[in-house]
Amino acid sequence: MDQRDASVPTISRLGPFRASVATFGALIGSGFRRYATYRQATIAGTFTNIVFGFLRCYVLLAVAEQAAGQRPGGYDAEQLALYVWVGQGLLSVIGIWGWTELADRIRTGDIAADLLRPIAPVTAYLAADLGRALHGMMTRFGPPLLAGALFFPLHTPQRWQTVPLFALSVLLAVIICFGCRYVVNSTAYWLQDARGPITLWTLGSGVLGGLYFPLRLLPQEFLVMLWLATPLPSLLQAPLDVIAERDGPALQAGLVVVQAGWAVAMLALAGLLQRRAEKRLVVQGG
Amino acid sequence: MIKMQDLKKDFTVRVKAGRFRRLKRTVAAVDGVSLTIERGEMVGYIGPNGAGKSTTLKMLTGVLTPSSGEVSVCGLTPVPQRTRLALRIGVVFGQRSQLWWDLPLRESFELLRHVYRVPAAGHATRLRRCRDLLDLDEFLDTPVRQLSLGQRMRGELTAALLHGPEVLFLDEPTIGLDVVSKQAVRSFLAELGRTGDVTLVLTTHDLADIERLCERLVVIDHGRVVHDGSIEALHARYGSRRSLVADLDRPLPDGFTLDGTTLTSVTANGHRVTFTLDSVTAGVAVAGLVAAVAVRDLSVVEPDIEDVVARLYTER
Repeated sequence: MDQRDASVPTISRLGPFRASVATFGALIGSGFRRYATYRQATIAGTFTNIVFGFLRCYVLLAVAEQAAGQRPGGYDAEQLALYVWVGQGLLSVIGIWGWTELADRIRTGDIAADLLRPIAPVTAYLAADLGRALHGMMTRFGPPLLAGALFFPLHTPQRWQTVPLFALSVLLAVIICFGCRYVVNSTAYWLQDARGPITLWTLGSGVLGGLYFPLRLLPQEFLVMLWLATPLPSLLQAPLDVIAERDGPALQAGLVVVQAGWAVAMLALAGLLQRRAEKRLVVQGG
Repeated sequence: MIKMQDLKKDFTVRVKAGRFRRLKRTVAAVDGVSLTIERGEMVGYIGPNGAGKSTTLKMLTGVLTPSSGEVSVCGLTPVPQRTRLALRIGVVFGQRSQLWWDLPLRESFELLRHVYRVPAAGHATRLRRCRDLLDLDEFLDTPVRQLSLGQRMRGELTAALLHGPEVLFLDEPTIGLDVVSKQAVRSFLAELGRTGDVTLVLTTHDLADIERLCERLVVIDHGRVVHDGSIEALHARYGSRRSLVADLDRPLPDGFTLDGTTLTSVTANGHRVTFTLDSVTAGVAVAGLVAAVAVRDLSVVEPDIEDVVARLYTER
């Protein structure tokens, strides 16, 4: 009886790897459809991104006018404009703001439903987040870039590898950002309410991720330390520097390599925290 | 199918004891439960609020780590083998949703097929059966957030069954439902239990669920099992009896007795009398009464399980 019980039934004719890919793909699709439901939010968000794009673009161009050699942080005016507008497009793709789903589910105890699925929570949430990012890429990335191109001269990538590198860099940035948000949200396992860490994260990722100003304006030594010791510059600054071709080809690829390292590290950390949390989990609310 | 041996779960509660001081207090939610449940059994698991019902279920499903004791479900240890176990059990928490809030039921079900890696044919067969028995068709394309509670519960039940689980854990599946929805859920579960393939563990506060569905009743209080057996055994243990209620043409003569029964109440100016059946069958008592007095109306009343359980809960 027990012998029979302990065998896991083969319920899929697909190989285990193909089945995993199919599951992951289905979860990506679910993340995509969940966000595709809210069309008005998508339109309103895109409009806001464009409005703030103008503000940021004029501010940075004004800084460039005043800077020595008109190249603040090593960018020319066209690179700065591209930096701003691609950045506005990527905001909701990478999604540094406003994800509290995991923390909310921990606080209310709904996390129990996630633990009852035959899939690790980090994997399931990662897949759903990639779906969300895909939806963002298809709806929120284009309009700000188009608006920027209509009103400002933008830098056109010169190297053949820039666009594929940028695509890879964005994917890695999404994964790193997911890992960071998962880690920040999972503090709710210990704190019950993760609002404090989430506020810190929103501030930190905005200032040190390259959203409010290009990090290249900071002193070199500080910047290197920040880039290697924290995942934050890998969120926005890295993909933007890749597309703006701020650096030579070697350093351009190097930024992506650093991102890959951080992507692995953040996923590992998220997985570790999740396992720790499950050991001491208290499901709230009956 | 399910084995629990001296299962315990403690929670630490911090109590304010001054401006900065907090006192730690350990509360035993489940305090040494030992149970064995065989394949195909339908077990009702009841107890007052805070008795440890849901905590036990969460340990059985691998959501909570037991503080001590042993537990095995389908031959697996729930917490370390949680994802493997998840393929073989179905769970409905009446107060929580396992469905995707933003997606229609149809898409949730399709997604579950991929998550549980169920072959399309088996999935379709089970879904069709649930659609028929639970009348899902009219709201299959409505996003879950727009469903009524009764509709959502029917969706939750379906979601828990689509991968053909061997054990089904239901934590208050009829909570907050109206009479019709409760009936629908109960007859669906009864239908499911008839096949004998599915082991069912049900917690509830509605004892009619148990009466309709479960042969075996486990009562837990303060984290300990206080009764394990059939509903009849519980009645026998607490001496609950059936009673005979009669409406009479004229009040009973003084000193009237009916062999093997006790006269427990006389109401309506002596026109309505109630006898508790101690040692005779209803037939004998009815015959005796009809032979002695003119009876207008008669009924035999089953003992009320609610009364028995209420007595059990308050008798601490």
